[in-house]
Amino acid sequence: MDTVACPACDLLQRIPPLPYGGKARCARCGQVLAGRPSDPLDRPLAFALAALVAFVVANTSPLMGLSAVGRQASTTIIGGTWQMWQQGRDVTAVIVGFCVVLAPAAYIVFMLAILLAVRRPPAPHWVAELLRWAEFMRPWSMMEVMLLGILVALIKIAELATVLPGVGMYALGALVLLLPAITVSFDPDEIWRRVEWADGSFPAGGAR
Amino acid sequence: MTAATSAAQAGLVACETCRLLSRPARAADPGHCARCGARLEWRRPHSVQYAWALLIAAAICYIPANLLPVLRTNTLTGSDTDTIMSGVVFLYTSGSWPLALIVLVASVMIPLGKLVALAYLLISVQRGSDASLRDRTRLYRMIEFIGRWSMLDVFVDTFTVALVQLDPLMSVQPGPGVVFFMAVVVLTMLAVAAFDPRLIWDAGRGWEDQHA
Repeated sequence: MDTVACPACDLLQRIPPLPYGGKARCARCGQVLAGRPSDPLDRPLAFALAALVAFVVANTSPLMGLSAVGRQASTTIIGGTWQMWQQGRDVTAVIVGFCVVLAPAAYIVFMLAILLAVRRPPAPHWVAELLRWAEFMRPWSMMEVMLLGILVALIKIAELATVLPGVGMYALGALVLLLPAITVSFDPDEIWRRVEWADGSFPAGGAR
Repeated sequence: MTAATSAAQAGLVACETCRLLSRPARAADPGHCARCGARLEWRRPHSVQYAWALLIAAAICYIPANLLPVLRTNTLTGSDTDTIMSGVVFLYTSGSWPLALIVLVASVMIPLGKLVALAYLLISVQRGSDASLRDRTRLYRMIEFIGRWSMLDVFVDTFTVALVQLDPLMSVQPGPGVVFFMAVVVLTMLAVAAFDPRLIWDAGRGWEDQHA
């Protein structure tokens, strides 16, 4: 059994061995403390690989096209950000670019690197740094919010012009499902068990 | 020692990155986590001050965010500006009320709710309140989870601007309100991250002793 402190209320408690798919919640405040996904290394790796492909497609193909009175226009994710920049809203463009391009890309790439590196423990210590950065990026990766935003924009524009969803839109739909799938199937405790400590030692098992 | 002991009461500090429990040699300076190397802190440093500062900055930006236009539409006959609220009204009158409701909740109610909820959490912690600890923790988790959805309107504006560039017939430009609105969302997200929910329970320690 592991002793942990709840990150939300600091209560010390022991976590009993969990069944596959089980979850432990804090006895006092209800925070989820631990989970045990059935395949915490291979499954998130598969999702992360699929997400990488979907991310590349979503960023390289047009999201949607618009035609009105014989004129055509189309845009990509980066194209939308670039248009913001050109219109003089550079701060907005940078933050939008961070939330919909940089943060999700970093999250996917970091997770891939982590999941590949820990396959043979002890994993080098840089995995710990990457995991910290991946956790940092996660709340700022706003693909699902962007998808809803695009849909609202489409419906608003559909009043004025004919709008056609492009290939990028379907890839974006897949990505919005794959990103949370990585997080849910992943178990950070399993990674910490396999990573070298800060001083280069690897006190396996008992020292946890 | 009562049945419910916090890590801090037991002299242990939990790493915020990898959750390893350490017993620091010097309580005043817990040092770094032996496993992941992150800085150890009993509680997030200057949690209440940072959260207040970010929250007040967000509240100030909330005013221009709602008053200044977020979009300017130029047509052959002239130009027209839209604020966040008039965007919601436009969606409602054009017949898509479910969409109007989504935008209203994400752009008006969530940011305002977050400002009020975080101010309430901060005031109750500063006053050492020991009431409804569990509910306040739940409120914190809710604003932490829901905050990012307020970015919705920024993305709606970004992609409206990106698509509707049919000069000289019609073009849409972003207005000065967008950057303030985005500042509200980003500043409140940072304020929520600066606030340490464990402070809620530190203040309520008296309650624990009575009910343990």
